[in-house]
Amino acid sequence: MSIETFYEVMRRQGISRRSFLKFCSLTAASLGLAPSFAPKIAHAMETKPRTPVIWLHGLECTCCSESFIRSAHPLAKDVVLSMLSLDYDDTLMVAAGHQAEEILAEIRKKYKGNFILAVEGNPPLNEDGMFCIHGGRPFVEVLKETAADAKAIISWGACASWGCVQAAKPNPTRATPVHKVITDKPIIKVPGCPPIAEVMTAVVTYMLTFDRIPELDRQGRPKMFYGQRIHDKCYRRPHFDAGQFVEEWDDEAARKGYCLYKMGCKGPTTYNACSTVRWNGGVSFPIQSGHGCIGCSEDGFWDKGGFYDRVTDIKQFGVESNADTIGATVAGVAGAAVVAHAAVSALSRARSGSNDQNNGGK
Amino acid sequence: MSVYETQGFKLDNSGKRVVVDPVCRIEGHLRVEVNLDSNNVIRNAVSTGTMWRGLEVILKGRDPRDAWAFTERICGVCTGTHALTSVRAVEDALAIQIPENANTIRNIMQLNLQIHDHLVHFYHLHALDWVDVVSALKADPKRTSELAQSISSWPLSSPGYFRDVQNRLKKFVESGQLGPFSNGYWGSPAYKLPPEANLMAVTHYLEALDFQKEIVKIVTIFGGKNPHPNWLVGGVPCAININDTGAVGAINMERLNQVKSIIDRTKEFIDQVYIPDILAIGSFYKGWTYGGGLSSKNFMSYGDIPQRANDYTKSNLLLPSGVVINGDLSKVQEVDLRNPDEVQEFVSHSWYKYADESKGLHPWDGVTEPDYSPEGPNFKGTRTKIENLDESSKYSWIKAPRWKGHAMEVGPLSRMVLGYIQPKQYPIIKDTVDSALRKLDLPVTALFSTLGRTAARGLEAGYCADLQVQQFDKLMANLKAGDTSTANVEKWDPSTWPKEAKGVGFTEAPRGALGHWLKIKDTKIDNYQCVVPTTWNGSPRDAKGQIGAFEASLMNTPVAKADQPLEILRTIHSFDPCLACSTHVMSPDGQELSKVTVR
Repeated sequence: MSIETFYEVMRRQGISRRSFLKFCSLTAASLGLAPSFAPKIAHAMETKPRTPVIWLHGLECTCCSESFIRSAHPLAKDVVLSMLSLDYDDTLMVAAGHQAEEILAEIRKKYKGNFILAVEGNPPLNEDGMFCIHGGRPFVEVLKETAADAKAIISWGACASWGCVQAAKPNPTRATPVHKVITDKPIIKVPGCPPIAEVMTAVVTYMLTFDRIPELDRQGRPKMFYGQRIHDKCYRRPHFDAGQFVEEWDDEAARKGYCLYKMGCKGPTTYNACSTVRWNGGVSFPIQSGHGCIGCSEDGFWDKGGFYDRVTDIKQFGVESNADTIGATVAGVAGAAVVAHAAVSALSRARSGSNDQNNGGK
Repeated sequence: MSVYETQGFKLDNSGKRVVVDPVCRIEGHLRVEVNLDSNNVIRNAVSTGTMWRGLEVILKGRDPRDAWAFTERICGVCTGTHALTSVRAVEDALAIQIPENANTIRNIMQLNLQIHDHLVHFYHLHALDWVDVVSALKADPKRTSELAQSISSWPLSSPGYFRDVQNRLKKFVESGQLGPFSNGYWGSPAYKLPPEANLMAVTHYLEALDFQKEIVKIVTIFGGKNPHPNWLVGGVPCAININDTGAVGAINMERLNQVKSIIDRTKEFIDQVYIPDILAIGSFYKGWTYGGGLSSKNFMSYGDIPQRANDYTKSNLLLPSGVVINGDLSKVQEVDLRNPDEVQEFVSHSWYKYADESKGLHPWDGVTEPDYSPEGPNFKGTRTKIENLDESSKYSWIKAPRWKGHAMEVGPLSRMVLGYIQPKQYPIIKDTVDSALRKLDLPVTALFSTLGRTAARGLEAGYCADLQVQQFDKLMANLKAGDTSTANVEKWDPSTWPKEAKGVGFTEAPRGALGHWLKIKDTKIDNYQCVVPTTWNGSPRDAKGQIGAFEASLMNTPVAKADQPLEILRTIHSFDPCLACSTHVMSPDGQELSKVTVR
């Protein structure tokens, strides 16, 4: 994400060095700093600036921001103070109203084509977009204008990536994911409700460090974190393979940490890093704490049946094998349920044919 | 232009109209418009929720056991409190009794949320209304150290430590890229702290940012992740196994030790950093007594943290409950969430339609039909470019809830005052509040202000940190007695449910009283309604013209600079607004869906 220095931009716009230095003095003065700060500000503006980030909020619940500030490595503090320049984020910024809107306009102009736009939440399109109002206008307008000047867009979380809860049927506000509104910019989807904190900061620091967008799968998610299913790397997987399942909440099997597949765990169909990176500095993840995965990083996870319904559309059971072979292997020990389930999977797999590939996100 | 009186306030919209949109450092989307008189004093205030998501519409027809996950996504800041409210509502409807351990674990998670939310709110969403970051650059680190050591025994307080932070801050400012601190109100005469106090507070802003991520690990252990942990109708999903094969896959001694360690460190941080900072900062703003609004007149709490499982009556709740109206502190009334005449929502000034908008509806019978219609004689702008809203007409996505017709304030201040005036049941709250007032040399009436709201939140975090210790001890005692049960599955299977049922669940969310009402029919959700804290506090006017708590709190506040909304932000932030919560609202019957025009 290499960008011009502020000084270069000013010179390009025909501003003399003399005026530039005067600007630095005024900046120092406006901040209440001694004149000795002016040369330091000048120096900073002549060197490579931290990449500006504009973080917009549409219809959302702010869980993505809350997750982001929980990052253990790097610390949110270090990301904000040293790695990037979080110039606009209505959840954290000091300024409000006109002072906030001025910043938005200034960053768009000053760093046109050079800033990262991070979007949390999504725009609703019903009621002319006025189910989400930003500065008296539809959020979708602000999103489109800002996106037009951005270098790349990060769609944080399930809302921006897929629509999430407000887009669950019947989606009364017509909440719409970012990529369906912005079609001419690179978009990195970082799904999850919310995404794991360290995955969020890793995606950002990858972009800053390697100066490029991470490799994405066909659905636009970074392969490094969304390339495998929860089930593929779950520490309870041996119990699945051995046919040892929790049958009821708080039964003996639950206390022994058996597989939660029969309690509706969506790990087998969910692409995310929870079972490897885990949550909150690696402390746990949903399955480790006894509840099945609800599939919160998958498109439309709210409308794929109840959270306690057993998944019946597993495309592939194993890391390398498919539902048919795994079904055969475990049939003897896992009982009729899994056999029946495997049969259903095989059937749906046959029915969906080549589309199958797509669902895997590969 | 009009002048009228309501709730002891004289509203006059003749002066200069100032608009703040967006109000930043809150959850969600909020707009505020005020009128200033010729002395820059606020004489009329209008607060507008500017988002709507329709979650209750979405809940209709779904499995009630799933509702916690949907409602949890109402808010990722007060994450978990909606989920807890939801499982309580379903358990109420289906008469499910949960095990003691489940109740205690839920209490620990709920207390943990209170503490985390209060801490993050104070440092990261509110402190910079009082603290001037740029002034911190001028501080003497040695004198900062002396100040810090004079108010607390917190070990990170050496001159070198503060110098390091200051140097980092200097480097940051010298970069010319001020990030989230750009365009702040630095140097405003509304800031009163000396540079040393500013440096101490900014240092703790950064420390609290690091530490808050530790606090929530307790929720991660029991709920699997944070934000948005997992819950369960009938108990908690995490099984306990202390001494048997497979304990490593459940809540075991190592997990419990980790919980205990975080509980202890959290208490230290709250007692040694957060509360001393609140008192220190407060001592410089004692003269700034604005923002009381409804806080001394009409306030309410449903109560929370049931000591014994399955008993939600007043005497069993460790967070106070009750209602005070018309400022009569000698009379605490009880709230009955089932009574159709108590909690009601009105829409005469909200962008929704009722058949008869002069009447309110109890949530079990509520209707939500969105009807975006910015209008009125004073409305300026267009449908998609609002310049000025007209508060005589409809102007917000927030409904107007009322208790027996009264607009109410809810939140930590309401809870702490309700504890204070019921000292027999809550002696610790009384002592805590008295001790803080003594340190600041302030009368109890000083609580009814912006600063009082902010201080009450800090004191409540301390109270909750103590309760967290107590609840953990209770959990351990129960485990020691041999009870390791965490879930009741008798009614897990929907075939065991009655054909129709209705229930209500409540919690005290960090921001105040939260209730979920639902009806179940043929094992599916027939109607789901939430009335949330920011619906109470951020309420627009009702048919009688009564203003909500945000609006009341801004009244009669002088503004130092008309073009800088610092005082407005300060007071609005003191409520810790959560707009995604207040404006998620809903519909009972799904009929209105056909009326949402798809363009």
